[in-house]
Amino acid sequence: METRIMNCINCPMGCELTVTVDEHGKFVSVTGNTCPRGAQYAKDEVTAPKRMLTSTVRIKNGFLPLLPVVSAKPLPKEKIIACAEALRAVEAAAPVKAGDVIVGNILGLGVDIVASREMAAK
Amino acid sequence: MMADLYDVVIVGGGPAGLSAAYSAYENGAKKILVLERDRELGGILQQCIHNGFGLHHFKQELTGPGYAGRCIDLIKDKPEIETLVDTMVLEVHPDKTILAVNPKRGVFTVQGKAVVLTMGCRERTRGAIRIPGERPAGVFTAGAAQRMVNMEGYLPGKKIVILGSGDIGLIMARRMTLEGCKVVADLEICPFSNGLTRNIVQCLKDYNIPLYLSHTITKIHGKDRVTGVTVAKVDEKMRPIAGTEFELECDTLLLSVGLIPENELSRGLGLELNRLTRGPVVDQHRQTSQPGFFAAGNVVHVHDLVDFVSDEADIAGKFAAQEAAGTLAPAVKSVEVEAVSGIRTCVPQRLHLPAEGEPVRFFMRAAAPDRKVTLEVKCGGEVLFTRPLPVVKPSEMIAVDLPAAKTALMKEKITVGLKPKEA
Amino acid sequence: MKFVKECDVVVIGGGITGTAILRELSKYDLKAVLVEKESDLAIGTTKANSAICHAGFDAPVGSMKAKTNVRGNALYHQLKDELHLDIKWCGSLVVATNEEEKATLNELLERGRVNGVPDLKILSREEVLAQEPNLTTAVAALWAPTAGVMWPFGCAIAFAQCAVQNGAEELRNCAVTGFIKEDGRITGVNTTWGVIKTKYVINAAGIYADAIARLAGDDSFTIKPRKGEYILFDKTASSSLVYGVAFPCPTKKSKGILVCTTTHGNTFIGPNANDQEDREDTSVTLEGMDQIINSAKKLVPKLPLGDSITLFAGLRAVSSTGDFVLGASPKVKGLFNAAGIQSPGLSAAPAVAEVIVEALGQEMPLHKKADFKAELPETKLFNELDGSGKAAAIRQDERYGRVICRCETVTEGDIVAAIKAPCGAYTLDGVKRRTRAGMGRCQGGFCGPRVTQILARELGIPVPEVLKERQGSEMYYAKFTAKEEK
Repeated sequence: METRIMNCINCPMGCELTVTVDEHGKFVSVTGNTCPRGAQYAKDEVTAPKRMLTSTVRIKNGFLPLLPVVSAKPLPKEKIIACAEALRAVEAAAPVKAGDVIVGNILGLGVDIVASREMAAK
Repeated sequence: MMADLYDVVIVGGGPAGLSAAYSAYENGAKKILVLERDRELGGILQQCIHNGFGLHHFKQELTGPGYAGRCIDLIKDKPEIETLVDTMVLEVHPDKTILAVNPKRGVFTVQGKAVVLTMGCRERTRGAIRIPGERPAGVFTAGAAQRMVNMEGYLPGKKIVILGSGDIGLIMARRMTLEGCKVVADLEICPFSNGLTRNIVQCLKDYNIPLYLSHTITKIHGKDRVTGVTVAKVDEKMRPIAGTEFELECDTLLLSVGLIPENELSRGLGLELNRLTRGPVVDQHRQTSQPGFFAAGNVVHVHDLVDFVSDEADIAGKFAAQEAAGTLAPAVKSVEVEAVSGIRTCVPQRLHLPAEGEPVRFFMRAAAPDRKVTLEVKCGGEVLFTRPLPVVKPSEMIAVDLPAAKTALMKEKITVGLKPKEA
Repeated sequence: MKFVKECDVVVIGGGITGTAILRELSKYDLKAVLVEKESDLAIGTTKANSAICHAGFDAPVGSMKAKTNVRGNALYHQLKDELHLDIKWCGSLVVATNEEEKATLNELLERGRVNGVPDLKILSREEVLAQEPNLTTAVAALWAPTAGVMWPFGCAIAFAQCAVQNGAEELRNCAVTGFIKEDGRITGVNTTWGVIKTKYVINAAGIYADAIARLAGDDSFTIKPRKGEYILFDKTASSSLVYGVAFPCPTKKSKGILVCTTTHGNTFIGPNANDQEDREDTSVTLEGMDQIINSAKKLVPKLPLGDSITLFAGLRAVSSTGDFVLGASPKVKGLFNAAGIQSPGLSAAPAVAEVIVEALGQEMPLHKKADFKAELPETKLFNELDGSGKAAAIRQDERYGRVICRCETVTEGDIVAAIKAPCGAYTLDGVKRRTRAGMGRCQGGFCGPRVTQILARELGIPVPEVLKERQGSEMYYAKFTAKEEK
């Protein structure tokens, strides 16, 4: 058995978690969280860490040249850089509403990238 | 020139101004004007494309633009609320007239029965902390770089050193990495980081970006463009220790070394300013030293959570509306609120009495990181209220609600501090 | 090398000296071209100095420095109105903090009298404090009412604009790489633009004046850089500093570290005086800042150090001869030197120009123009206009209604005008110097990106090509490659 100390990133509280894993690195238990999301975070972090992605894409004919986007759900942590790179090739088209899917199922990971805001046409 | 007359005029259309506008409306104001100098509403949130906003206020995790959008949605179809963008306020006068300018209307004057100041803050600069060296291209404050990267589509450089581990610096460390740049290091002069722990994890640790605590930059190299920086360890007085210098090669230096509330208009008005917060002294209604003038958000004191900004602006908007309607009773008495032992700043700095029946929310910052402390609110030497705090950090604002029953007991000077620990 | 143009006189160097000379030349029927190696005029010593228009008591009796300082000061009093120069005639104080220094004041008083400086007077401590309440260590001071504080960069641009409106030309990014001679006299200069055919060259190349002279074959003097560092404060700090100019008692090396409030309302402290070999090093150092802070504290004990907004340094061009090097070169026919222009170079510039043109007149016939336009049209920034002026400006061009620099209230109209004006800006710092956008307390944090985009639009270049100052100072990179943009 091994314990790992980590900070939960789900909300600004940043609770310090003490996570116990077995000899195979599998999740056993966690203490220190003040909400259930913290427990889930600990589980994910030792099993398959996930992160939200926020970035920007070009937008054609928009009030601004770039549209901020966000992943609808967390993505596998090790795929974040690849997803960010994939967004370079994307060009959205104005007008766009907050929540509109800009890239569906990015890199086949089952997560959509959606618009963070509305963006009017120029 | 006849001035247009409003119930409430709000200077600044970021989250504070937008929340104040909606709150004023909810509290009965019929004619509200928001003046915003940028090309759209939303303030600094529009460039904060990362998430972590809104967990308290909207019960949902939003990005900065998402939070701004929700604030804008609340006010956009209300005929009572007028907004002007691309409009710069030049002067605010004691008679509540405001001189502003924009390309369409030219220079014009408006007047409010109440005024809410929500101008936000600016970034501390290289010149303010006096980093030696030349003045090459490639030195940016983190927020200025953030705007270019996230809204205009340009990178400040390719190989980046960040000074300061406040949230803006941490967020930009991740952002620049995602944009394909190399972030060489983050340097922090204090022995502890100033950003949210979640940001240390997801912006530095995730990308193996080294964080050097108790370090600072002693020289910027490069005459026309940055070529590198000299870094040194600092002592407990934050002075560079000779002999500890090393060089970091880079073409860009991003500065995240503090935010300063933008109170030029407040100064012009003659408002009383607090030396530590660098913002106007306000009471629990967020009314300043001049009746009818309210302030909220980063212009009062720098926040780290926009949710608290909205809470504060809700207060300012509500009482501005009351002031406009003539229903805000003048103070019978005012008591000072002083931050002491272990608490560096506390807002409000004053209580407008009588305060019966009103809960009062205090926003405060600890002077140093600590664990398992107890907050004590005392009045005339007597302990009115305590609250155990498991962890305090200067970088994380503490919000404490004093229940209405307790506020009724406040009759003289209040102190807010940390209870000395048992030996 | 390709031939670019032909003229009568080439002026090398676009600082206060070169531009003053160009303006003086433009009074005559001749073709004059100024070549400046950098991307803007006056970005050498002229943009990093104490900005004082000295009265002239400090310079050694009988020196060119003394003669041209006193004459230059008088000329500025006249030129201020013609060219709408930014100069405030606030007078200067040399402060004595003990009896020994009081004796020095008397020396300066006498020297000033001999140099022809009008109205000098020794003030008592009470009189000093009545004027400058924060100079609490003063026991007495020398008061020179004819001294002033100017905006040196603005003056250089005004000189250049006056010259250009009278037919002269200024070329930037044009460095002199060699001289062409025939029969022992100059017939042209090689530059990075190409060959300019000319018979007369005026060397006003500042820190590099000896290198230029040597290139032509004149090794009669050398220039050694002497660095002066400065710390500038927020406008709100001025009331705890000085309203005008306060000098300490001078030493042999320099006039000392002064405390002075600029025409824009910012107070600075500096300069120190440290010799160095490097002609490009204008870095501000930790030791240098300590020197200026410790010295300034002797005049103003309570320095508001928390309110500093920027640091800068300039290099004085110190001549091996101990005085200005003014006049026809003893070694090269056709070359005239206006070199070694350290303090009081700013104050002396219009008089230096007179001396040079008079010397030129000994070698070539000079005919005064009948139609010399001495006055510049007055251009005001938006924040300098009154209410009706502002309204009119916006009606004419709505961009005057869009404030770009919040700290200094500079509008898009001002910025576009600064780019389009004669001798206009095409860099971020060039806009900054002409409009003050970026000189405020946020130091361009908010306006920098916007000014950059306005420059890109007006110059028709992509944002990544906009320079901060010199070649190689591009600020931004494109996010996407051309392939990705497609």
